[in-house]
Amino acid sequence: MPPISRDDVLHVAKLARLDLTDAELELFTPQLAAVIEHAADVEALDVADVPPTAHPYPLRNVLRPDELRPGVDREEVLAMAPDVEDGRFRVPPILGDEP
Amino acid sequence: MTFARDVATTVRSGARTARDVVDEHLARIEERDPELHAFNLVLADEARAEADAVDERVRRGEYPGPLAGVPVALKDNFCTRGVPTTCSSKILEGWRPPYDATVVTRLRKAGAVIIGKTNLDEFAMGSSTENSAFGPTRNPHDPTRVPGGSSGGSAAAVAADFAPLAFGSDTGGSIRQPAALCGVVGMKPTYGLVSRYGLVAFASSLDQIGPFATTVADAALAFETIAGHDPCDTTSIPEQVPSVTETLDEGVDGLRIGVISEFLEADGLAPDVAAKVRDAADALERAGAKVEDASVPSTIYGLSAYYLIAPAEASSNLARYDGVRYGLRVDAPTTADMNAATRTAGFGAEVKRRIMLGTYALSAGYYDAYYGKALRVRTLILRDFERAYESFDLLLGPTAPATAFPFGAKADPLAMYLNDVFTIPSNLAGHPAVSLPFGTGDDGLPVGVQVLAPALAEASMFRAAAALEAAT
Repeated sequence: MPPISRDDVLHVAKLARLDLTDAELELFTPQLAAVIEHAADVEALDVADVPPTAHPYPLRNVLRPDELRPGVDREEVLAMAPDVEDGRFRVPPILGDEP
Repeated sequence: MTFARDVATTVRSGARTARDVVDEHLARIEERDPELHAFNLVLADEARAEADAVDERVRRGEYPGPLAGVPVALKDNFCTRGVPTTCSSKILEGWRPPYDATVVTRLRKAGAVIIGKTNLDEFAMGSSTENSAFGPTRNPHDPTRVPGGSSGGSAAAVAADFAPLAFGSDTGGSIRQPAALCGVVGMKPTYGLVSRYGLVAFASSLDQIGPFATTVADAALAFETIAGHDPCDTTSIPEQVPSVTETLDEGVDGLRIGVISEFLEADGLAPDVAAKVRDAADALERAGAKVEDASVPSTIYGLSAYYLIAPAEASSNLARYDGVRYGLRVDAPTTADMNAATRTAGFGAEVKRRIMLGTYALSAGYYDAYYGKALRVRTLILRDFERAYESFDLLLGPTAPATAFPFGAKADPLAMYLNDVFTIPSNLAGHPAVSLPFGTGDDGLPVGVQVLAPALAEASMFRAAAALEAAT
């Protein structure tokens, strides 16, 4: 694999919804490259026949009786939100122009 | 030092009030925490009220619980209803959760008194608490040095006798490494034995809550109190929690204990720490254990696999901090811009690095080479442990490569990550492990040794730890 480039870092930052300053880009690119380079010893291993482990135990679906149970308090949750309207979370426009 | 078992016994007998115990600890916090900064938040009034409630139960002749009146400190990534929970991040500053973590509920039910929320590396990402948005914690043994991390505040709180017990989370060593650096006992349970409900998620397949204490017996008692199946956590396992306190003093006669060669031969292991591990092996042998060298070859790849897997899971878990439902919002004309402005302002450098690393490891074109391969290496590590545990009951090794280091000594992220090299394999395997203090290094600072065990073998693990403690 090629080393992680400045453009790669910009790309993943955009995917992760992070804005980087030029100074941060200069700092983070070699730091991330060093970690990826260290991880390359994993890349070199022949593990084609080894199954992946995503989790220490085999996860199975967990079922419970379909009964009503109290959840978290709606007012308590909304009181912690940055902006609410009519009992819902309020956000800036998602598409196009301001309404 | 105060011991949890002693506090609970004297409070239950009525010989001393829980209120008196909590006042004594609050006074120590007031005196020394301005220097150490173990706590993000001290809950003085709430703790006094909880202590009074315990005393009232004692007066009424009710059983006040196994941890009656014991002050406990909680890492500030445990949700506490109505009480600020910051994860030492600006993005959650001022957030008050609408529910309690299951561990918090269990501790209260056991009679424990929550005395405060402790400092950590932001979102538990780090090994020194230097990544806290609210300033680092200092090591009580030498305030010019780090306490380790990420649960550095909890480790320092116990070492400074601010609380006989503290709790933290361990994703790659975040309980055991600070325990080693602060000279206290720190334990990571088998994955799934302790509910993660209400623990703010970092890397969900690795995160596990565990205790800090000054003695092995207190750590064992704390573990028993918090462990157990919880329907609110789908990864909580239904197996019976191993009873560990009853068998603690049964010794190690006949136990087969392997000293992990790959750990002792690792680059970067300080000679004084290596010497302590060998001393510990000798002590176990004198106590009746059968001690031999063990090989767990693929553990040397653990660090590389971990620093792909943990950031990958973190990049997904931390997507929820988007300025919509809780915490910080930085206003912008569109939601996408608001999301980015909020995350950019709210996250510190290390969290940003890990999110980007994880996003990269999961991104198109790199997934198979990095994340996919790391998951296969995880299988290799599990297999190697399985093989080793055919010949041994327990394994022994160092916890951290060296004693506590000065602030700023590991500014390079990779150098910091190398702190976790001996603790990470247990997280990848989902196995329990405990670090306990075993003498001091050449600089006079505490050295921690680590006892590793297969899944659900906490009882023999604690027995070996107790034998080592008795030998110091």
